[in-house]
Amino acid sequence: MNQFWVFVRKEMWHILRDKQTLFVLLGMPVAQILIFGFALSNEVKNSKIAVLDLSKDQITQQLIERIDASKYFDLEENLTSPKDIERIFKKGKVKLVLVFENNFDKNLQHTHEAIIQLIADGTDPNVGTTLISYASSIINDYQKELFGNQLILYSIKPEVRMIYNEQLKASYNFVPGVMAMVLLLVCALMTSIAIVKEKELGTMEVLLVSPLNPFFVVISKSIPYLIISILNIVSILLLSYYVLKVPIKGNLILLMGVSILFIITSLSFGLFVSSTTRTQTAAMFGTLIGLFMPTLMFSGFMFPIDNMPWPMQLLSNLIPSKWFFIIVKSVMIKGLGILAIWREVLILLGFTVLMLFISIRKFNKRLDIA
Amino acid sequence: MFSIECNGITKSYTAKKQSVLALNDISLQVHQSEIFGLIGPDGSGKTSIIRILTSLILPDAGNAKVVNCDVVKDYEKLRTLIGYMPGRFSLYQDLTVEENLQFFASIFNTSIKENYYLIKNIYQQIEPFKKRKAGELSGGMKQKLALSCALIHNPVVLFLDEPTTGVDAVSRIEFWEMLKELKGKGITIFVSTPYMDEASLCDRIALIQSGSIMSIDEPQNVIQQYKGELWSIIAQNRYQLMMDLKSWERVHSAFSFGENIHVSFKLSEISTDQIQQYLTEKGHDRIQIVKIIPSIEDCFMQLMIRK
Repeated sequence: MNQFWVFVRKEMWHILRDKQTLFVLLGMPVAQILIFGFALSNEVKNSKIAVLDLSKDQITQQLIERIDASKYFDLEENLTSPKDIERIFKKGKVKLVLVFENNFDKNLQHTHEAIIQLIADGTDPNVGTTLISYASSIINDYQKELFGNQLILYSIKPEVRMIYNEQLKASYNFVPGVMAMVLLLVCALMTSIAIVKEKELGTMEVLLVSPLNPFFVVISKSIPYLIISILNIVSILLLSYYVLKVPIKGNLILLMGVSILFIITSLSFGLFVSSTTRTQTAAMFGTLIGLFMPTLMFSGFMFPIDNMPWPMQLLSNLIPSKWFFIIVKSVMIKGLGILAIWREVLILLGFTVLMLFISIRKFNKRLDIA
Repeated sequence: MFSIECNGITKSYTAKKQSVLALNDISLQVHQSEIFGLIGPDGSGKTSIIRILTSLILPDAGNAKVVNCDVVKDYEKLRTLIGYMPGRFSLYQDLTVEENLQFFASIFNTSIKENYYLIKNIYQQIEPFKKRKAGELSGGMKQKLALSCALIHNPVVLFLDEPTTGVDAVSRIEFWEMLKELKGKGITIFVSTPYMDEASLCDRIALIQSGSIMSIDEPQNVIQQYKGELWSIIAQNRYQLMMDLKSWERVHSAFSFGENIHVSFKLSEISTDQIQQYLTEKGHDRIQIVKIIPSIEDCFMQLMIRK
């Protein structure tokens, strides 16, 4: 056992002395969270809108004020005639126009139905849908306040409603994605490189001619990366909770537990790569192309899996990150417990056991030379 | 009982679907606490033999025992008994001298203190730099550190793969001194080298060429087995001299040795005068002809041609 810890300590020295790599390993999740959270957000904020108020009564005024006051919308212009709508869209500045019908207040009081038209710029369908749903939810809120618990009569029906992300916050989606990416990079990539490095530098030769169990060597090399990965999860969760305000609805211990499981899955993939490659470059390409690219494409983080043709959907089942992504979304954002995710957890466990088994079988107690 | 014993070891590698025979029927025995030198040019199979004896690779045929452990079956026990210093510098460049030594001591379940007496003379020379990173050491110091690391667990047999390649002349002499000292402590040393001049420093040598052993004996016996006489010849025009000697039907072989050309003749009954006469006829100037005792390299060349 003493040998084991001596080896782990040596591995820590390697990592701690390579300041640049260490900085990248610990800084990468922070940078990714902040970049995805702020710079690459596809949320819509401060969109310019125009209003054509044909009624000009108390209700419409209040509603316009309410919409203008929200952080999503800025009232750019009050239009006076329907002809202006096309003109203002052509200028391209305004993305959404609200049209209140004549006698809005009166219609609402008497016929219990008033019409408000939401016209969105459809050139970017995602932005258009988002704006419409934002506006609809503001209008709905206002209605509820207006009528209290009375029978609610919808003046318009909201087109979209997101159950778990009422404001369509993108950060809800990318936090699990970034977690999967970072853990995969640190565990699979760094572990496989660290092991192959010993082969490439020739130190493996000396280690093999020693009483150390070779598989021991490999396991102890992955311990420091396990520690770094746990630090990374903590920093990702802290940042997303305090800076990006993504709530952690589920059980924190369960979340950490499944994350550690995924770390071990990634480590076992790293071991697998290192047992099949001989150079650091090969190990790097192996992990990037074999694990990292599929994670980006098939985990559901960047592209929805439901939109893919069925062969791709089948293929996506082979990507462990897909299952981790589902687990984190369920636990962290939907607040579900172990009962909801046991199937995914079992799949990850299966991957881990399989990979470890293959790596142990393939692991060479001797020198592998072509 | 022999420290190392191998019989009929054969090994071939497959590269680009072609099988290359690296070792052909290698048999040798090494006595306890002797310095055994494996001498041959690059690519002759030295590293393959050492890797088979250290259980790093498997032979295709034949068997080998090191300290009575079979290199295939008893590799786990074997690995606790031997020390190995590969041809490439293989220590951790980013760890200090002391950390490297400590690390290798602890993976062999021992401590620097326990076996310090063994490495004292070697390690003392690099001890002033013990806080320096291994990657920042000079070639000679790296070699001393590597040797210390290979010795720290007090191995029964020490395998050194080309330990003096790329090391300066002074360090090389020092290194052989250290090996002699270790031999005095009862360690069997199996060393490979491409430098023929180091052969005389070994107790016994094996000359290896293209995967086959040409001769195994004590260095002076190898020299005694040289067939015929050897002449060292110098003339002003070295190139022309070589051409003329090679085209002379009485010459058996002619090799360039620095400034000189070492020549052996098919019939030994040749005198200095006869050589002098032939070369003068060919128009050579400032001719010097000396009969010499062959070196290991001369023996190597002769054995190579005979094959």
